[in-house]
Formats: sequence, structure tokens, C-alpha cells
Amino acid sequence: MNGLLTVFKKEVRENIRDRRALFNSLLLGPLLFPLLFVGMMWFLDSAERERAEKTLELPVIGAEYAPSLIRFLEQQGTEILPEPEDPEGMVLSQEVPVVLRILPEFPEQWAKGLPAPVEVISDPSRQESNAPIRRVKRLLLGYGQQIGSLRLQLRGVSPQLASPIMIKDVDLSTPKSRAILAVIFLPYVLMITAFTGATHLAMDTTAGEKERKSLEPLLINPVPRWQIMTGKMVTTMVFAMASLALTLVSFRIVLPYMPVGAFGMDLTLGLETLLMILLVISPVAILAAALLTLLASFAKSYREAQSYMGLVILIPMIPSLIFMANPIKAETWMMNIPLFSQNLLIGEILRDEAVPLAWYALSISSTLLIGLLLAALAANLYNRPKLIFSTS
Amino acid sequence: MIEVKNLRKSFGKVKAVNGVSFTARDGEITGLLGPNGAGKTTTLRMLYSLLPPDEGEIRIDGLDPTRDAMEIKRTLGVVPDSRGLYSRLTARENISYYGELHGMSKNAIRERIENLTKTLDMGDFIERRTEGFSQGQRVKVAIARAMVHTPQTVLMDEPSNGLDVMSTRALRHYIRDLRAQGHSVVLSTHIMQEVAALCDRIVIIAKGEVAADGTAEELLERSGCTSLEDAFVKLIGSEEGLLA
Repeated sequence: MNGLLTVFKKEVRENIRDRRALFNSLLLGPLLFPLLFVGMMWFLDSAERERAEKTLELPVIGAEYAPSLIRFLEQQGTEILPEPEDPEGMVLSQEVPVVLRILPEFPEQWAKGLPAPVEVISDPSRQESNAPIRRVKRLLLGYGQQIGSLRLQLRGVSPQLASPIMIKDVDLSTPKSRAILAVIFLPYVLMITAFTGATHLAMDTTAGEKERKSLEPLLINPVPRWQIMTGKMVTTMVFAMASLALTLVSFRIVLPYMPVGAFGMDLTLGLETLLMILLVISPVAILAAALLTLLASFAKSYREAQSYMGLVILIPMIPSLIFMANPIKAETWMMNIPLFSQNLLIGEILRDEAVPLAWYALSISSTLLIGLLLAALAANLYNRPKLIFSTS
Repeated sequence: MIEVKNLRKSFGKVKAVNGVSFTARDGEITGLLGPNGAGKTTTLRMLYSLLPPDEGEIRIDGLDPTRDAMEIKRTLGVVPDSRGLYSRLTARENISYYGELHGMSKNAIRERIENLTKTLDMGDFIERRTEGFSQGQRVKVAIARAMVHTPQTVLMDEPSNGLDVMSTRALRHYIRDLRAQGHSVVLSTHIMQEVAALCDRIVIIAKGEVAADGTAEELLERSGCTSLEDAFVKLIGSEEGLLA
């Protein structure tokens, strides 16, 4: 085991001196992702608020057919713009998000007490027009209800008869369980960090060593090859783990600067939560280090290894993408699936749910088992002479 | 002492080594001479147990590399064809890494590096990172890390490759010193002058087979030539690879 330790110490020393390793493992993930996250939240939040607070500017066609409606809209703070020449064209070219057209038959229908037609012209496939569209429709509905009640009262009918059902919201979600964004985003970032933190070292210690022609002399030393490989993998795991820990710390520092109400909650990462998440995700670091080392060992050069990594980095994204498209309820059997189970567990931890201990045990042990199997495969890879000499 | 009998190794259909036998004694320098691609490197790789032979027998001080790989590696000092150093480590750290892998104590390593720094004249660059080292400096560090555990048997693959005249002279001087201390030295080369200047015994390898084996005088005598170069051409039957 002394050989293993020697290899480990040397790899740590060498890689701490490597700016590329430090940048990739210890800076890129821990700094970039949290900043990206906060930046994104600020952007979304301010864009949303701006749209909600801005005066609604509404071009209206046929305003003369419904003067009282126009008056109502103006009272509600809407700025009525004059009739545009080509309303459909304006909406399509995004000059205005929404145009209201009052049809000529409006006064006639209105007088008869029949539904009077108005058109809301818009393109709901454009994300940014959703807020104004909603506001216009809400105003129209409000006006409709107001007039409806008045008409009923005039005929001596209680307007309450027209609303047979009263809906009351009983909201059982805790503030934390509303943190959907955080629940999806944080596991996603951590999964990717476990892999990006391991990538450079996995490649440098195997393919890189082969490329620099230092692998052959290294293997002539009287140390079993599995110890040499394991020493390298342990280094990679430690760097991946450090990368994860730093990312979590950096999230904790950055979270207070989040726009208030971005999650509909205040998400703070307490020390206990941080450690819990780190414990849950550590087996992923081991899995990533083993998998990446295994793959990189086949490559003849750092560059060749890099071309494999582009594909591998997709693996940690899969579970998060599935959850985004189709949120599912956590169940015991899911805890056997690496990456998947960590995604679910971190979500539960963030939501402050009580998680059965067995789930932790299952998730950690199944991921660890697969990671160690891959590590065992990788450790014995250099027993094949073909892989040692495959340079140039 | 190394004894090799009828060694064979194929890669697919290519017979890289096809029946090589020779003996390398202690206190002697044995040269494996042959054109590029003759099977010298493959033979050496089987000696230092990185490749298993298909057939044949190897004994290094009585040990068999296929069975006692770890033991063999402890008694061998190898300067292989690839002599990559770790560029982010200093020359001293490079050498000391190998010492630690051999299980040497910190003190023993320090003393040994002092010693090697003197013999190989590495004082100017021992504390520098090996990034940007000249070819000559690299070879010196590669030799030093191969010799850090004071091995009895020394294998060198094309040791003077890429060296200038001064570095080559220093290298030859060092190899003769090893012989004087009773080490068994085996070096492979395709350079005539190297063999002529250094080797006590010459094993000429061509196309994976031993074409001739003996001292320089014996080879001259056997071929009826007056120069070693003519003898070499005559014995391997072609000039191929000689002028590299």
C-alpha cells in the first residue's frame, strides 16, 4: 500500500502545481455555476417585475363601439393607444405584445344582453408577451363579471346565484417545498461538478502520462499496477470531492444575494444541510473518477481523451433533464440508480422532507458499489501491455 | 547476470522477436546492435517484465520475469525508450519519486541523490523543474531515477539517442564506471561507434533473430572484414537501417 500512497502524494503535489488542474477542478465549477445561477435568477426576476409593473399599453381597434369598456380600462391604469393600421403585422413583428379589437356587432349584442365579441390578438408562443396577455384578459374578465352582476341585480336576482361554487385554497406546501428551481438546479450543478472536477485529473494521470512517455518507466517500478492506478484514482476523487465541497460553500455564500422571493422562500444552506448533501453526493465523485479514469486509460493522448469526455459529461445531465420534463415522486427502488437517487435525495433535503434512512443507505451503497466495480476494472487495465505502449 | 534462451514474441502476424538467445555477464557491457525495428526494444521490454514472452526463458540473477516480476524490478535499473519526466516536478522530485516507489527511506534517497548528482554532474539543475530541460539533462535525470535504488543489472534502450557529443562522452564514461563497479550493463543501439567504443560483447540482432554474438575481435574474425561496420553489414546481410 506504500506504493499507492506514494503515487497519491506525487499526483497531488504535481497537480496542485498545475494551473489547468486547479482551474478546472477548483475554480471553474465552484465559481462559475453559483454566479451563473444568481445571475440568471436576477435576470428572470427583474424582467418579470418590469413586465408586471409597467403601464399596460394597449392599441384598441373599434374603441368607439364600447366607450364604457374603454373607460373601465383607463380607470384600471391602461394606456389606450390609437387604432393601428396593421394589428396582426404589429403583433407578429413584436412591436406590441397584444392588440384589442372590438367588433362592430359589439353594441348590438351588448344592447340585447348577448355576449358581445372582442378579440385579443397576440402570439402566446412568445414568452415575453405572456404577462401583458394575462393582464388584458384579466381586465376583460373583471369588466365582464362587474357588468354581469349589475345586470342580475337590475332583474332582482342575487349575483351570488351565478357563482355556485366558492374555491378556497388550502396550501400545504412549506415555503421550502416551493423551491422548485433550486431543487432542480442544485442537484444538476452538483452532478456536473462531480464530473468536471474529475475530468482533467482522470485524463492527465492516464492519457497525459502516456502522452508524455512517463507511463512505461513508471510501471517498471516494483509496485503492483493496481496500486499505481488506484493512487491516481484516489487523487482524482479527492479533487472531484474538493470541487463539490467548494461549490456548496460558494452556493452558501452566494444565496443571500438572491432576489427575494426568487424561490418563493428563503433557501439557506445550513452547515448540517451542506454536510448531508456532501455525504449523499460523495459516491458520485468516486463513480465519476473511476468511470473517467477507465475511459481515459484507453486514449493515447490527452486530446483523444478529451474527445471522449464531451460525451461523458452528458451522463450527469440525464436525470436532471428527466426531472425537468417529468417530475416524479421518489420511491425506494429509485434509490438504487446512481445519479438518479442523488438527484431525488438532494431535492428532498432541500425541501426539508423527512427521508427514510434506508434511502440514504441504498443510494450511497449502490452508487459506491458500481463506482468500486468500475475502479477495479480501471485498476487492472494497465495489465494489458497493449494499453501501455499505444503511444504514437 | 542475464541469460536469455530462445525468446519469441509476436504481435499479430508480426514476429518481433523470433528466437533470441544471449548471455550478459556481470562486469561486462553487452550491446544489442541492430537496425531499427530489429526487435531490440521488444527484447528489452520482456527483460524488464513489461511484456510477457510467447516462448523462451529469461533468467536475471536466477529470477524469472514472468514469475518474479516484483523481485526482478527491484534488481533492475531501466532507462527505457520512453524517458518522460514530470515537468511540474524538479529533477530531485522526479528521482526521489522513484526512490519512494522502490520503498527507500527518505535519508537513503537523499544520500543517493547527492551521490548521483555528483557522478552525473547534475548540480546546476537538480532543484529546477524539468520543464524546458535539454535532451542531455533529461537523459541524466532518467538515468539517475533508474539508478536510484542501486540496481545490480542495468538495461538501457538507445541511451545516447538525441545527445550531443559532450553528453555522449559523459554517458559513456558513466557506463564504464558501472562496469568497473561490477554491474551487468545491457544497452541497445543502432549506432556502430557506440558499440565499438563501449561494449565487451556484441549481440547483433536482425529481423528478430541473433545474427552474430561475440567480442568485437571475434566478429571481425568470423566475417573476415577489417572494420566493424563492414562486419555488421555482412553479418546481417543488408545495409538497411544502418544509416539512421
